Amino acid sequence: MVLDTSKDLVPAQPTGIWSWITTVDHKRIGMMYGVTALVAFFIAGLEALFIRLQLATPNGTILSADAYNQLFTMHGLTMLLVVVMPVGAAFMNYFIPLHIGARDVAFPRANAFSYWLFLGATIMLLSSFVLGGAPDGGWFGYAPLSTQLEEFVRMDYYAIGAQLLGIASIMASANFIATVFTMRAPGMTLMRIPVFTWMAVVVSFLLIFSLPIFGVGLFQMYFDRNFGTQFFSGGGDPLLWQHLFWLFGHPEVYVLILPAMGIVSEIIPVFSRKPLFGYPFVVFSGIAIGFMGFGVWAHHMYTAGLGPVAEAGFGIATMLIAVPTGVKIFNWIGTMWGGKVRFELPMLFSIGFVSLFVIGGLSGVTHSVVPSDYQQHDSYYVVAHFHYVLFGGGVFGFVAGAYYWFPKWTGRFLDKRMGLWHFWLMLLGFNLTFAPMHILGLNGMPRRTYRYGEGLGWEFWNQVATVGSFIIGVSFLIFAWNLIKSRKNGVEAGPDPWDGRTLEWSISSPPPVHNFDEIPIVEHVDDFWHRKYATDEEGRAVRMTDVTGGTLVETDTGGDGSHEEEDMHMPSPSYYPLVAATGITTVGYGLIYAPGAGWVVAGIGTLITMWGVFGWSLEPVTRDEHHD
Amino acid sequence: MTSQSAPVEVHDHHDIKPIRKAAMWVFLGSECMFFGSMIATFLLYRNETADGPGAEIFDIPFTSASSFILLMSSLTMVLAHNAFENRDPRATRIWLLATAMLGTTFLAGQVFEFTEFVHKGLTLSTSSFGSAFYMLTGFHGAHVAIGVLMLMTMFYLSFSGRLFDDRGLNVELVGLYWHFVDIVWIVIFTVVYLLQV
Amino acid sequence: MAETAHRAHPSPSTYWVIAGILAVVTAIEIAVPSISALDPVKVPLLWALAAVKFFAVVGFFMHLRYEKKLYRTLFFFGVFGVFPLFIVVLLTFNAL
Repeated sequence: MVLDTSKDLVPAQPTGIWSWITTVDHKRIGMMYGVTALVAFFIAGLEALFIRLQLATPNGTILSADAYNQLFTMHGLTMLLVVVMPVGAAFMNYFIPLHIGARDVAFPRANAFSYWLFLGATIMLLSSFVLGGAPDGGWFGYAPLSTQLEEFVRMDYYAIGAQLLGIASIMASANFIATVFTMRAPGMTLMRIPVFTWMAVVVSFLLIFSLPIFGVGLFQMYFDRNFGTQFFSGGGDPLLWQHLFWLFGHPEVYVLILPAMGIVSEIIPVFSRKPLFGYPFVVFSGIAIGFMGFGVWAHHMYTAGLGPVAEAGFGIATMLIAVPTGVKIFNWIGTMWGGKVRFELPMLFSIGFVSLFVIGGLSGVTHSVVPSDYQQHDSYYVVAHFHYVLFGGGVFGFVAGAYYWFPKWTGRFLDKRMGLWHFWLMLLGFNLTFAPMHILGLNGMPRRTYRYGEGLGWEFWNQVATVGSFIIGVSFLIFAWNLIKSRKNGVEAGPDPWDGRTLEWSISSPPPVHNFDEIPIVEHVDDFWHRKYATDEEGRAVRMTDVTGGTLVETDTGGDGSHEEEDMHMPSPSYYPLVAATGITTVGYGLIYAPGAGWVVAGIGTLITMWGVFGWSLEPVTRDEHHD
Repeated sequence: MTSQSAPVEVHDHHDIKPIRKAAMWVFLGSECMFFGSMIATFLLYRNETADGPGAEIFDIPFTSASSFILLMSSLTMVLAHNAFENRDPRATRIWLLATAMLGTTFLAGQVFEFTEFVHKGLTLSTSSFGSAFYMLTGFHGAHVAIGVLMLMTMFYLSFSGRLFDDRGLNVELVGLYWHFVDIVWIVIFTVVYLLQV
Repeated sequence: MAETAHRAHPSPSTYWVIAGILAVVTAIEIAVPSISALDPVKVPLLWALAAVKFFAVVGFFMHLRYEKKLYRTLFFFGVFGVFPLFIVVLLTFNAL
């Protein structure tokens, strides 16, 4: 290995497929999450286009009822659990350590394990299409529909696949929480953490306390289907599933949206050249959303007959949760107000996020009113609402993040012309697709029907929605092409292309393996900004002339050399996380086909898992590396 | 500045301990939700016996004895941890083995109990009561079994002299997990057994 | 800083005392259902006794009362979070 002698102790970037398979580097794991989720996004998007084609005309004949059920279920399941959540995980993996000034996450191998298990579960869910049919009971798999037809494996794929994704997420969340609470750089107090990382903490807490509940429900569904238990049938009550599901499912909604809110809270200050307006309010409203998110699950169940007291209570709680959400909207607007707004691509998508999320949020408030919800329940109005928050909100936020941080990942900008086409087509296509669904829903079109008759007045708006959905498709093809092309041929960006405020911009693009040559010492919120700018008497930011971006970390801290030596021991690569994840995925496949031959597969999987877990537990965390 | 926020040597041997413990505690918090959901399911179905056997088949003296054994395994576990902190491999080994033996005894008791209940006509599919009972106690038993496996791993390591190396797993973390399994049983013993008869 | 210099862990004699207390509480628990005079308070009493054992193990054997506040916060989110959620669930079934 050829190394600069002055940087003798700096680990070099390993190359080759094997280095990716054994990687424990949070940045590479983040990349792998992102790429996997993007591929899944295109698959799930294709499923949506089939759905739209089927519904473009009355009495559509493109899909059978059976195929339609599989496609809409998998569209929802994939988009939520395999796209939006992992995209959030991709950003969290990459940026939590960079934001808090750490060299890696707390448990690099557990982090790799989370990714591999997520990949295994993703492959499992997608493979169901060719291995006996995909889940077809809706993404929330209501019992007793989901526990019938035990001779088909479809909902077993749902039960086991979601279970594995849950295990992966719980491990990742415990990892992020331990990272943020114990590995912050000196001076990085909790109230100096960038907002995105704060939202990541809230999301991790939501997941860690809601997923186990879902896990129990999934086990019960699985046992009911395969071992004749009576959790949701016989003396059991199907309503229990609804509770267990939504006790997870509602916090999950915030799991999906909070990372996007965090990203936008990073972008808007940078492109307004102002600090985030009311940083503590944004943080505390995020925490409040987290807490309240646990207390509103039954608003998905108004029509299940919970009784007036429960419905009134949950209705009021749901209205209240709009308050911290509204606080954030005002904070973002307040940040832009009076700022020097630059309409770069990340900013355009962020403004798109704020605008569309407001629309989705307001239609959400109409759901909180119980009598109104009785009318809207299971109609296209609901479909319109949650696409406005999850696509108009979530996806716009994540795409904004991609345009914002692509220069950090690759050292190059995404192409601006293609980006503008992407933005305007996506905005147009999105509104053409989902705005008409409000009208369709209020006109009585139920969701999850594979076709509708003529003369119900739904033809026109369905056609508009279908046209819109293909415009979205085109916009994302442009995005994909932009990603592929700009990775190698984009304009060079340098370490700090946007005049950023947070620590990730203080290091080179792409960042070195060890992130920071020296761990920064933090003195402010937006610490990097304060290293670049002083304030004059009138409160205006004045750029300090003696420093340049990219070298600030070195110039700012005085370290002693003996420390530095120890610092550079990065965790060694390991293939055991992959082995353990492969084992658990194999167990999962076995359980799907159990009882019977499935037990053999599950047994083999258990052995592989034990090999992985024991090897992992017993290997040293770091291996001494000698470069000479 | 607290030591929490000064992780300059991230993977240094002294610093990894609080990080691991934080992750372990938050994982145990998560497990509370897992067992809480199953306990709630049991409470919901406690009377749904479908004219099959219900709580009256519980053998309280027997379960009390096995509960007591599991409770005392927490004592031996904490003594193992104490010996581990004092870098005493021999005492650590003895107390680890004692803990694993007590855990195995508890498991044997559970196997016996399940066999008895099946003979009395209570199976996983008899009634919602049976489903909820077996799922809750079965998942708890699986946790005990995993705990025994980890204890035996530690026991094995104590012979190779690698007990005090820095590894993914150590006696303290195994101890936290083991005590947690014990406190879950404290709740199960009260809610499922004592309150139902 | 002072808050992280947590108190020393207890000695083995403390562990034996705690184990003794746990044994006594367990004996009381087992006795409670058979004493008919206690029937009206049986449910809260048994819950309270279980809580005593629970927190004795958590506090002493798991050393939580000697550790950083962070660990307590992380764990108690789960312990105290689970109760309100499932009390509400069971109330909607009229099952409490």
